[in-house]
Amino acid sequence: MTAETGIGARVTRKEDVRFITGRGRYTDDINGHGQLHAVFARSPYAHARIRSLNLAAARQAPGVAAVLTGEDLAAGGVGALPCGWMIHSRDGSPMKQPAHPALAQGTVRYVGEPYAVVIAASREQAQAAAELIDGDFEELPANVDTGSAQSFQPIHADIPNNLCYDWTLGDEAATDAAFAGAAHVVELDIVNNRLIPNAIEPRAALGDYDPGTDVLTLFTTSQNPHLARLVLSAFVGLAPEHKLRVVSPDVGGGFGSKIFIYSEETVCGWASKKLRRPVKWTADRSEAFLNDAHGRDHVTRARLALDADGRFLGLKVSTIANLGAYMSTFSSSIPTYLYGTLLAGQYTTPAIFVEVKAVFTNTTPVDAYRGAGRPEATFLLERIVETAARDLGMDPAALRRKNMVPRDAFPYATPVALVYDTGDYQACLDKALAMADYDGFPARREAARARGRLRGIGLSCYIEACGLAPSRLAGQLGAGVGLYESAEIRVNPTGNVTVFTGTHSHGQGHETTFAQVVSDRFGIPLDQVEVVHGDTAQGQFGLGTYGSRSLAVGGSALMKASDKVIAKGTRIAAYLLETTPDDIDFEGGVFRARGTNKTKTFGEIAFAAYVPHNYPLEELEPGLQETAFYDPQNFTYPAGTYVCEVEVDPETGGTEIVKFTAVDDFGQVINPMIVEGQVHGGIAQGIGQALLEACRYDRESGQLLSGSLMDYAMPRADDLVNFDLDVVRTDCTHNPLGVKGCGEAGAIGSPPAVINAITDAIGVRTLDMPATPLKVWTAMQAGNAAATGS
Amino acid sequence: MYNFTYHRAGSVDAAAAKLAEGDDPKLLAGGMTLLPTMKQRLAMPSDLVDLNEIGELKGITVSGGTVTIGAMTRHAEVAASAEVRQAIPALAKLAGLIGDPSVRNRGTIGGSIANNDPSADYPAAVVGLGATVVTNKREIAGDDFFTGMFETALEDGEIVTAVRFPVPEKAAYCKFPNPASRYAVVGVMVAKTAGGVRVAVTGAGPCVFRQADMEKALSSNFSADALSGITQPADDLNDDIHASAAYRASLVAVGAKRAVAEIA
Ligand SMILES: Cc1cc2nc3c(=O)[nH]c(=O)nc-3n(C[C@H](O)[C@H](O)[C@H](O)COP(=O)(O)OP(=O)(O)OC[C@H]3O[C@@H](n4cnc5c(N)ncnc54)[C@H](O)[C@@H]3O)c2cc1C
Repeated sequence: MTAETGIGARVTRKEDVRFITGRGRYTDDINGHGQLHAVFARSPYAHARIRSLNLAAARQAPGVAAVLTGEDLAAGGVGALPCGWMIHSRDGSPMKQPAHPALAQGTVRYVGEPYAVVIAASREQAQAAAELIDGDFEELPANVDTGSAQSFQPIHADIPNNLCYDWTLGDEAATDAAFAGAAHVVELDIVNNRLIPNAIEPRAALGDYDPGTDVLTLFTTSQNPHLARLVLSAFVGLAPEHKLRVVSPDVGGGFGSKIFIYSEETVCGWASKKLRRPVKWTADRSEAFLNDAHGRDHVTRARLALDADGRFLGLKVSTIANLGAYMSTFSSSIPTYLYGTLLAGQYTTPAIFVEVKAVFTNTTPVDAYRGAGRPEATFLLERIVETAARDLGMDPAALRRKNMVPRDAFPYATPVALVYDTGDYQACLDKALAMADYDGFPARREAARARGRLRGIGLSCYIEACGLAPSRLAGQLGAGVGLYESAEIRVNPTGNVTVFTGTHSHGQGHETTFAQVVSDRFGIPLDQVEVVHGDTAQGQFGLGTYGSRSLAVGGSALMKASDKVIAKGTRIAAYLLETTPDDIDFEGGVFRARGTNKTKTFGEIAFAAYVPHNYPLEELEPGLQETAFYDPQNFTYPAGTYVCEVEVDPETGGTEIVKFTAVDDFGQVINPMIVEGQVHGGIAQGIGQALLEACRYDRESGQLLSGSLMDYAMPRADDLVNFDLDVVRTDCTHNPLGVKGCGEAGAIGSPPAVINAITDAIGVRTLDMPATPLKVWTAMQAGNAAATGS
Repeated sequence: MYNFTYHRAGSVDAAAAKLAEGDDPKLLAGGMTLLPTMKQRLAMPSDLVDLNEIGELKGITVSGGTVTIGAMTRHAEVAASAEVRQAIPALAKLAGLIGDPSVRNRGTIGGSIANNDPSADYPAAVVGLGATVVTNKREIAGDDFFTGMFETALEDGEIVTAVRFPVPEKAAYCKFPNPASRYAVVGVMVAKTAGGVRVAVTGAGPCVFRQADMEKALSSNFSADALSGITQPADDLNDDIHASAAYRASLVAVGAKRAVAEIA
């Protein structure tokens, strides 16, 4: 049984039966008795003062129960939406956090910002009434541009230069010294394009207040329901924590965008309490485009110093990061501790200095999006390393190999605060190059040229830090919460097992992966394990799912809890088998008195624990249920090499990815099929960023021009190629499963590989993402113009 | 969506009668364009007259050198039709390049040309193949049908019933799709017909147009080489977040060349 379903087995996902047969149960599938519907009035302007809102007509419209504004929320004691990570500027001052009311008060600062809500008996009635809100707005100048934000008039009156913080990491003097002694300096300007998440399930919320018990239940599309409850009770003040239940049922994708505490959930919860009726909201796709936190949006200048042999001496990075109009829940941490700390990459660069200026603009707030900071770091580093190789006339693979952290150098402390526990970067590179037939590329390029196509190859050797995080370290760095994880194992009297995890699944297949771990440990069939998550009334507190942490941290908690179950089972077995616990072996679901054929099965022990007629009641409590919290000692460090090969149509600028190779090191893999699925999705998303996803605001009006799927291109199967995947395995040294996390790697590693391949194909130095046919064609035109001196 | 009154018409005449009654009635074909607009509350017709049950509007016939496609024929049917593939392969190919499978399974040729989206594909076929648009009132030459951005020669209450395509000697369609919507950034239909060479361009400008310089060059020498040196002026072309006018102009030339190369 274990070999087929245990750790390492390609088990078909338990949850897929319900998903594929349409029996998933999502937030929008849940309805309350006498439910009302909320529709939000959203700013049509990127920046405007609200002179007045005439709500009379809307309030009198058919079916309307209430029309509420930001002032109503404030009067009702609803607090602002907080940002949970304090960053300090280089001068020691705290970041400047503007108030972020759930509904705008006095000023709207981005197109789509909600400033009022209409709650009515039907969605149609609420929509109709929302159109009757008569707002008098005074339009103000708006800025959507990252690079120039500091010179624009303040978007928040009390925040000069629109500067949230000016943060640095690393030793500037040492880095400058490295540059002073360098033989070569490579400089590159890099834009990391803003992305719009687009999970297939839009966000939704249903507030359902029970006046009988005074409990407010909030059903919502959250990646971290426990955290949502904590923030909504402790900071926003919706209800005391014990009177607030957050339920996040099946969640259809999130990619980070469902981590955060948003206006709509807050308003539905509060309005339900106020109106004593359930209040529901489900975003439509247009709202999702305007209002779900966006990702990335960096403008960077980077410089790499090398010695005459191509050894990296120093890296200096200056980044402006766009936070949007307000600070979303974790926004401050993304361009700092999830970005600057990754800039050593796989290399031994001895001196690194990074400065990040985070700015406000009249755009949708920006926060974590698959990879969150690490894709930005990887893109920068792997672009400049590739560029350095080209400038120096070196083989890009050889230059990387020369600078990689040697396999015998672990644990390896970087100059940017991380200690890599383990890895084998050379093995990933070697394997990827072999799989990609790197040596055969020149011949393929020639063959393509004969067909009139420009072929290019690009590498990316990424590293990421996953498994957020040691709580003590996170606290020192400004996190407002701990970052441990929890698990509870309830062995039921009949011997099957219910597992409660503090993480949640929004597509990752936790119900299968965690069940595999438990089934493997207890030697019981997979279908005897049920994984429960997503309901604060059922399971213990946990921090949720993001940053590829669920298995590395949550799985470790599960291992700890299962150790406790086995330990107690061992004592029960010793009593029943009339020996000492030290003489009990547990294997394959059987407790055995060592050296005898006296055994008790896992199920027999469970039964004995719950029907303790023959049981050491003097020494042991009845029952078999254990909880564990696990706080990691370090991050985990997945790493790998991606190789992308493209062909560009020189007449149209169209790029076709013709080969994509990915070799990842995720440590131990519990379910290779699920892991491959995660890598596939991640690579598709990275290719989306690299080739397709163009978030565009109008520079004058601040309107989101790419506000629908007709204009914002998400990757589709026919944009892609079959990915060639393999793994290298070095187990994480500090968690019990030796796992590292695989959820984001694909999105982190792939964009630079794609852009390196295209720039190789067309022979240009810089090319901004997404490399649409227009951009590639324009770059080629400019290159040709330069070449002919015109 | 705002409320509206729904009518299911059983015949073209019944549909025309309903159209004449309503306050601000609209025909409903595949709904691929109309319904999203209504859902976003950008359109609020008083009445929808559904053409989907009208048998006389559906189907494909090929006879006497003409392919006739009923207005309610879905893009997917045209793409898959063995007769169309045989008679005008470029037309079947064009239909198969529209949007995505669900759009092709619902969208219709009548709805597409009546809507006349500047980046729709069918206008390139109607003009490029010299087709005739048949309505419940008259016949309109393809060249006269598309009058401007989202504008056609259709009068109020006029219903497209079919499109008649004369079978060309040869024809090819080259399309550069928008990666998001899959509409044409530029699409070029080149055809050698009994009435001469036609080059129709969609996506590039506010409305489908014929490229006279290219037609002239190809009339004397039907080869890709004949097109070298002929450029498309960018002046009046569309310029948006997906493509600049200059890029579109370049694609017109590339598209025409590739279409010709396919059949020359
Ligand atoms: C995601 C997406 C991608 C698309 N991609 C493409 C593409 O690549 N290429 C392309 O060409 N198109 C594309 N389209 C448009 C698609 O082809 C539509 O089907 C077409 O534009 C409208 O056809 P319909 O049958 O859906 O018409 P409807 O939406 O039902 O109607 C459109 C308009 O035409 C009117 N109308 C309909 N039938 C008649 C008739 N017989 N007589 C008079 N008026 C009529 C209606 O009243 C309405 O005003 C795409 C659409 C979508 C949603």
